Amino acid sequence: MRRIVVVGASLAGLRAVEALRREGYEGALTLVGEEPRAPYDRPPLSKQVLRGEWGEDRLDLRRGAGLEELELDARLGVLATGLDGRAREVQLADGSRLPYDGLLIATGARARRLPLGEGLSGVHLVRTLEDATALRDALVAGPRVCVIGAGFIGLEVAASCRALGLSVTAIEGLPLPLVNKLGVPMAAAVADLHRAEGVDLRCGVTVAAIEGDGRVERVRLSDGTAIDADLVVMGVGVAPNVEWLRGSGIELDDGVLCDARCATALPDVVAAGDVARWPNALFDETMRVEHWTHAVEQANAAVQRLLRGAEATEPFAPAPYFWSDQYDVKIQFAGRAREGDELQVIEGSVEARKLVALYGREGRVTGVLTWNRPPKLIAYRRQIAQGLSWADAVSSASS
Amino acid sequence: MKIVVDFDLCQSHGLCTQAAPEVFEIRDDGFLYILKEEPGEDLRGKLETAVRECPTGAIKVEG
Ligand SMILES: Cc1cc2nc3c(=O)[nH]c(=O)nc-3n(C[C@H](O)[C@H](O)[C@H](O)COP(=O)(O)OP(=O)(O)OC[C@H]3O[C@@H](n4cnc5c(N)ncnc54)[C@H](O)[C@@H]3O)c2cc1C
Ligand code: SF4
Repeated sequence: MRRIVVVGASLAGLRAVEALRREGYEGALTLVGEEPRAPYDRPPLSKQVLRGEWGEDRLDLRRGAGLEELELDARLGVLATGLDGRAREVQLADGSRLPYDGLLIATGARARRLPLGEGLSGVHLVRTLEDATALRDALVAGPRVCVIGAGFIGLEVAASCRALGLSVTAIEGLPLPLVNKLGVPMAAAVADLHRAEGVDLRCGVTVAAIEGDGRVERVRLSDGTAIDADLVVMGVGVAPNVEWLRGSGIELDDGVLCDARCATALPDVVAAGDVARWPNALFDETMRVEHWTHAVEQANAAVQRLLRGAEATEPFAPAPYFWSDQYDVKIQFAGRAREGDELQVIEGSVEARKLVALYGREGRVTGVLTWNRPPKLIAYRRQIAQGLSWADAVSSASS
Repeated sequence: MKIVVDFDLCQSHGLCTQAAPEVFEIRDDGFLYILKEEPGEDLRGKLETAVRECPTGAIKVEG
């Protein structure tokens, strides 16, 4: 392979070009990214950046090392608009065409926006640095905040706003926040945590309208209730950035569809990060994972597949891992939680804000959740990937 | 070359153990151990990767 193109210059794309050089690839390397700035880190956006604790300088994913030593052709601030799989060419918005021998797709996802409150000022998203700094600046005036969607981003925004002393209402359509990720008992614990910290959390209702005259004044719920608010943050999930791949021969299904080794339907085209959907053999399930560590690990796996081919690469089958910081609780989860799973808190308690809980299904441990117990998380994460049995885990925890 | 990990920042995410297994290990207790405080020059590339991949910026290479 003499020419490799990586599209998407955020976490997955950057880790991919780093891995390519580390693995000894010496050919031409091009990194294309829509955002004009050098790759930066997103997790602090809803945490330290919103609270005004970290400036932009702390977000550099290269930690000051720059892109130069990677000897690549960085095309930042340019959108990829098309892919011709037969000609093996990527088309860019500036009209240029990039021929490739190998292509890695890492275009990630963008924040969804509800079609409400259009044209009103005071409606925010949190995906890019610009989003986060605009929200941070708007919070200085001390607005009453309404967060729509109590997923990870919404809950972190709520926590950061409470840390700033703001009044916060959070609206969640599901009966409990994160119930699809953590199951009922632990989702209830998350709800209690936010209520204890002063968030007015309303679950099982949806938003009918965002009302105001030029700017946000209130949020109208589906049950007719009105919530007075000066500022709205939408945290209603993301949509994978795949539009540029339409008609390319790549299979699209809520993301770029890959095989077990991150390869797409086109030869020598792989994908990684928030944009990629692949069958994870560890869970017998096709998944798209929107988490930091996953983007790094899948970028490495996709690079292996690109450089060494299918025969020489293991299937990519991790126990997906995420963390989230809310108030003084570091929430970490690895694996997969589904409805009807067994759940056992094997250490600590919700009240102590320190706990280890295991999720199980069909005699196997399928997930581990910790609050403020990071070392336990990584230990169990590894054992889950090795097929830890429920009986062994529970008996060794109680002994 | 000296490796310094700020254990107040380290969250045992474990990415460093993937980047430089010769130097970092997470044991069964879940804590991070530094196997070589002063690793040889041959490991510099891997250690720089570990520095960058650590989600919390907890690792420093001195010298
Ligand atoms: C506010 C926030 C907080 C988060 N907190 C956590 C956390 O605590 N823990 C955790 O595990 N995860 C967290 N995440 C998730 C994590 O940041 C993502 O999983 C990670 O950024 C995914 O990386 P990626 O490179 O796959 O995609 P992205 O980061 O989405 O990057 C994709 C890049 O591709 C560019 N792009 C898109 N289309 C094109 C195109 N056609 N041409 C060129 N470029 C294009 C985009 O502009 C973008 O720069 C958080 C995310 C956000 C937004
Ligand atoms: S990668 Fe960073 S946070 Fe993770 S174990 Fe290593 S030093 Fe700690």
